[in-house]
Amino acid sequence: MTEVREKEALPSIEPALPLENRSRRLAALAFVRGAALLPVIAVLLIIGSITSPVFFSISNLAGVGQQASALGMCVIGEALIIMIGGMDLSLEGTFGLAPMISAWLMVPVAAFGAGTLWGPVPGLLALLAVGVAVGLINGFMIVKFRLNGFIWTLAMTIILYGFQDGITTGQTLPDEPAAWSYLGSQYWGQIPVSLVFTVLVFIVVGLFLRYHRWGRDIYAVGGNPSAARAAGIRVDRIRIGVYVAGSVLAAIGGLMEAGRDLAVTSTQGYPEGIIFNVFAAAVIGGVSLKGGRGGMLGAALGVVLLALVQNVLDLGNVNNYWIDAIDGAVILFALIMARVIGGEAAAE
Amino acid sequence: MSAGPPVVEAIQISKRFASTQALLDVDTALLAGCCLGLVGRNGAGKSTLVSILCGLRAPDSGEVRFDGELAPPLADIGAWRQRISTVFQHSMTIPQLTVAENIFLGEQPGRRGFVNWRAMRAQTRRVLREWDFNVDPGVECGALTVEQRQIVEIAGALVRGTRILLLDEPTAALERDAVRRLFDRVRALVASGVAVLYISHHLEEVFEVCQDVLVLRDGEVVLTAPTSALTQDQLVGAMVGEIEAPVVTARSGSGGALRKVKVSSEELLVVSDIVAASQRGSLFGASLTVRAGERVGLTGLLGAGVATLGRAIVGTQSYESGSIIFDGKPLPPRRPAAALAAGVGYIPEDRWLEGFVGQLGIAENVTMSIAPHLASRLGFLTPSKRMAAARPLAKELSLVSRGLNQAVDELSGGNQQKVSVARALASEPKLIVAITPTRGVDVASKELLLAALAEITRATGASLLLASDEFADLQICDRVIVLVRGQVFTEFTEPPYEDEELIAATEGLLVTAGRD
Repeated sequence: MTEVREKEALPSIEPALPLENRSRRLAALAFVRGAALLPVIAVLLIIGSITSPVFFSISNLAGVGQQASALGMCVIGEALIIMIGGMDLSLEGTFGLAPMISAWLMVPVAAFGAGTLWGPVPGLLALLAVGVAVGLINGFMIVKFRLNGFIWTLAMTIILYGFQDGITTGQTLPDEPAAWSYLGSQYWGQIPVSLVFTVLVFIVVGLFLRYHRWGRDIYAVGGNPSAARAAGIRVDRIRIGVYVAGSVLAAIGGLMEAGRDLAVTSTQGYPEGIIFNVFAAAVIGGVSLKGGRGGMLGAALGVVLLALVQNVLDLGNVNNYWIDAIDGAVILFALIMARVIGGEAAAE
Repeated sequence: MSAGPPVVEAIQISKRFASTQALLDVDTALLAGCCLGLVGRNGAGKSTLVSILCGLRAPDSGEVRFDGELAPPLADIGAWRQRISTVFQHSMTIPQLTVAENIFLGEQPGRRGFVNWRAMRAQTRRVLREWDFNVDPGVECGALTVEQRQIVEIAGALVRGTRILLLDEPTAALERDAVRRLFDRVRALVASGVAVLYISHHLEEVFEVCQDVLVLRDGEVVLTAPTSALTQDQLVGAMVGEIEAPVVTARSGSGGALRKVKVSSEELLVVSDIVAASQRGSLFGASLTVRAGERVGLTGLLGAGVATLGRAIVGTQSYESGSIIFDGKPLPPRRPAAALAAGVGYIPEDRWLEGFVGQLGIAENVTMSIAPHLASRLGFLTPSKRMAAARPLAKELSLVSRGLNQAVDELSGGNQQKVSVARALASEPKLIVAITPTRGVDVASKELLLAALAEITRATGASLLLASDEFADLQICDRVIVLVRGQVFTEFTEPPYEDEELIAATEGLLVTAGRD
């Protein structure tokens, strides 16, 4: 049967417009919503180019990209968790603790390591294992034990930071193997490896969300968990799986940050308060805190926007004491713009 | 009956949502001491008209007048509320507050913001006594029955001095006796000079309490007439127009009485001694069997456990003891995915809660239960593949939409229900468990839905367990089981089933030779 026949058979008060066209228009509309931040980003680019001649240099933009990559990994994870109707404040704790444990197991005692002197491969596996473990604990306690996710992950982020500080007595751990730091520190030509990696992850996760049934399940679970359950979706498994994926992505983000610094500092993660930027990027990018809405295009643009704001403020020699005030104001402005351009469902 | 201008009047109201003309040049008026029925199919514009009349939405053109004067601006909610109040299908009372607080919500008696509790309780008691409403003012609303909460809402309207009441599907969640008492209450209100707009899918109710009736179709008024001058058939004709005429014949062709029973002796579902606690009706040892190809009706009063039993079978309700054997194998409790995989399709009671994910598209919702089968081995699944799978079902159920990727939130109630039905059918189940599938669905869509269920079970040989408190729905069933207080009370095996027999049985009485 064809679309046309379906239309003829029905009493309809719609204006006659080919269905094919309409669905394409709907898809275009969804894209515009996802890309609602593009005008704001364009304005930032103009301001940046006025502010400083080096703004548009490749080295500056590559630096911005490298910096944004670590944040971007966390934003992907948080966006997925928000989309299933959850929240995870402890991603910043994992962002610090996972590379710290990994480094601690690799570097010599003289560099404040544990003395186990693991190689880069076991070290990376340890990093991923920390992500999986934290995600499983969070997922189990929030989903199965039904504890409040906000309070649980708030306490978790402090505990994780406590471990990060405790096992190294507040030291910075330098001298990780070059292979371990490769992702966060190296460039391919003039392009940072971490940027390439993060962009790829954004694309893969975006396609996964659209074309994989588990990806679609994430929207169903976030949109109406009871209906999803009635349709045979294993709601709890999807939720726990997303918590684990989020923590693993945050751990990889932490690896990038440590690679960029060529050390794991004791302040990486929780003391820097990156979770605010993580949530801000996701929500500005159209991921609804009510769950079930959002996508990777918007989240990526949210990351780009925050990174550009930071860079413009740095290049503009803004008084250090005022940077936070301006940073916060720009984020709120972006949120308002997202609502104005994206409509009702945006920036909730 | 009264002179002077109507208490509320809608003049040439039009309203458009995106590409849908919801209302077009609608004129209507309510008179003091009159009850006007408002009927129409799902999507005819009833809800839109109600929201405009009670000041929740502004019309694109046209105006609302109270006692001949132009309505206050939309922002002045207080002024609207003093003139007109709506009692919605879903209770708007706040469960944590007491009856008195709910009645005086927003305008508690007292001075400078301090609430005078004593005065509030006294006034509440006075209003409740004046109208002979039997509710304790100090009880929290969460502890009340549906009927009592409705009374609280009506009392709240009367306290504000409202003399215009809009009742939106007021009987949807009420038991039979409560419906009777509601009618008495409405008649008393009307006799005292209140104007009532009564919105309902149940035409017999409209004939019973309304003096006049207004019919909307596709956003336009197609009929306004005194109910005494109309027959039920004429009213249905006006609602449906000429388009849906074939539907009725489809129904009569597949009615229970005319069907050749092709039921095997094989027992597909064996439910034994289910004990379950539920706020909406506990079960105390309920048992039943459904044979392959059989259509079994399940009915009872609101708290009898009809929905609870259905939900236990599909895995959305836990139970303390008992067993459910499907197709020779036990179904694990609380595992909807397992029931689905075994071949049980589920049409939920509350479609907003369990029937669909509103922001997702039609095709996605319809194929949600079969996504694992549609997807490639690695789990990938394109939207076009979902569309292709959903299209035949959408056609079979005459689902009206702008395209299969339209969000289900944007559909009318009847079409939303079709999405939920299609989702259950998509998995080609051996047993369809439908819990009050026609609730909140208009007359014509109801017929269509039942005809579709009858046709699909006939064509595929699937069994049907139809839980419903609408006796008309049960006529397609080979057997009807009646639950009373969580246990099977009796069973009727000879369609057509007489309403009187069923009513008596649900009350726990056997008037005629109901039991074989």
